[in-house]
Amino acid sequence: MSNKRKIIIPGEVISKGEEYLPGEGTEKKEDQIIAIRFGLAEEINKLVKVIPLSGVYEPRRGNVIIGKVENITFNGWIINIGAPNNAFLSLMEVPRYVNKNGLEEVMDIGDMVIAKIWAINKRGIDLSIKSKNLGRINEGIIIKINPNKVPRIIGKEGSMINLIKDETDCNITVGQNGFIWIRGDKIENELLAKKAILFVSKKSFIDGLTEEVKKWFSGEKGK
Amino acid sequence: MTTKSFKRNSGRKPEEMRAPIKAKVGIIPNADGSAMFQAGKTIAYASVFGPKKMHPQHLQNPEKGTLRCTYNMISFSVEDRIRPGPNRRSTEISKIIEWALEPVLMIGKYSNMVIDVHINIIQADAGTRCAAINAAAMALAHAGIPMKSLVSSVAAGKIDKTIVLDLDKFEDSEYDEGEGSTDIPMTFTPDGKLTHIQVDGKIDYKQLKEAIELARNATKEIYEVQKKALKDVGGSE
Repeated sequence: MSNKRKIIIPGEVISKGEEYLPGEGTEKKEDQIIAIRFGLAEEINKLVKVIPLSGVYEPRRGNVIIGKVENITFNGWIINIGAPNNAFLSLMEVPRYVNKNGLEEVMDIGDMVIAKIWAINKRGIDLSIKSKNLGRINEGIIIKINPNKVPRIIGKEGSMINLIKDETDCNITVGQNGFIWIRGDKIENELLAKKAILFVSKKSFIDGLTEEVKKWFSGEKGK
Repeated sequence: MTTKSFKRNSGRKPEEMRAPIKAKVGIIPNADGSAMFQAGKTIAYASVFGPKKMHPQHLQNPEKGTLRCTYNMISFSVEDRIRPGPNRRSTEISKIIEWALEPVLMIGKYSNMVIDVHINIIQADAGTRCAAINAAAMALAHAGIPMKSLVSSVAAGKIDKTIVLDLDKFEDSEYDEGEGSTDIPMTFTPDGKLTHIQVDGKIDYKQLKEAIELARNATKEIYEVQKKALKDVGGSE
């Protein structure tokens, strides 16, 4: 039983034996666990799953995402979250009174919004901005990275993102769909944070990345 | 029946594939998945976009996802420039590629969505549809589309009376001695199941079986190349 992650391709046998359970991206065929998607194989407590390395963003319930208002309907907003289907933010999910004739005063077409996915059904994705720290984005910069790299940007228990926050003095919100919102007091700090995030997403495959980023920061600041 | 002394124009043995066979994954940064496959002088580039919403709406299928392939030969891919744009042959091959790939794809949950596969032939020396299928299979896997397995494709055939593997341009379309040439492109899953077969020419039942067996063994070699290419891309990109 090795804990080392291995790149797996569709159709490949990950593990053999009755005791294993098939998780996400895998399938059980007789006594074998077979991958049905390209990615890294991981095994925790006999549960085998495949962590995706590439592909489009797959929305999940509870994800905090950053999207763009695409259209306004009579009872809500259509929001593009970078997934195959557009998401819907209903009027009911806005925590304050909204005049039905003035939806665009709350959020207009083209505005960026940070929201939470609260339901996914056959008809589409429903969003909510009823929790804290959700709502329209008014300031700062937004960058886009590959959504599969988001876990690397956050790091183990937020270690990476906290490092970047501390080093740059910026507030950073990472949407699970790959959009990142950076806001700081000084534009130089915001640009430094952006540079750091792009550095992490480019070097995401090396081991000991947090140390590497620390080194990178001292190099950048010495300039 | 097989004549031992038979000489191929390229100097290959009858059961020898073209060299080099190369594959590379993740070559197009803007695509969700991409791959290159080269067999001898034939080079195919495949890029996958999606799953995304199907437009126009009347083409949407609420039952399952749709696979849409577009095969295209670049105007400079052959010796005489070909007119760019879709033609009868390319639309037909696009459909063939869809049929060859569909049996391994698990796109049931992508209702009303489409997965676009664009295949460009940069250089053609016969066997373009096989190279296209090989590249498309890798690109689909790279895009994270759920699949039962990859598929690998190769052509077998008959030149005069000899069964040969992986025909090139001369053997496919210019050879006209004796019984002439027969081209049989085939696609297999790694466990040896056929997902696509075409026959262009004349061949008898016994020799057809022989050709299928030859191609089935050859795809194992191609599968290893595809597998290695996918593993090499790893976390980089």
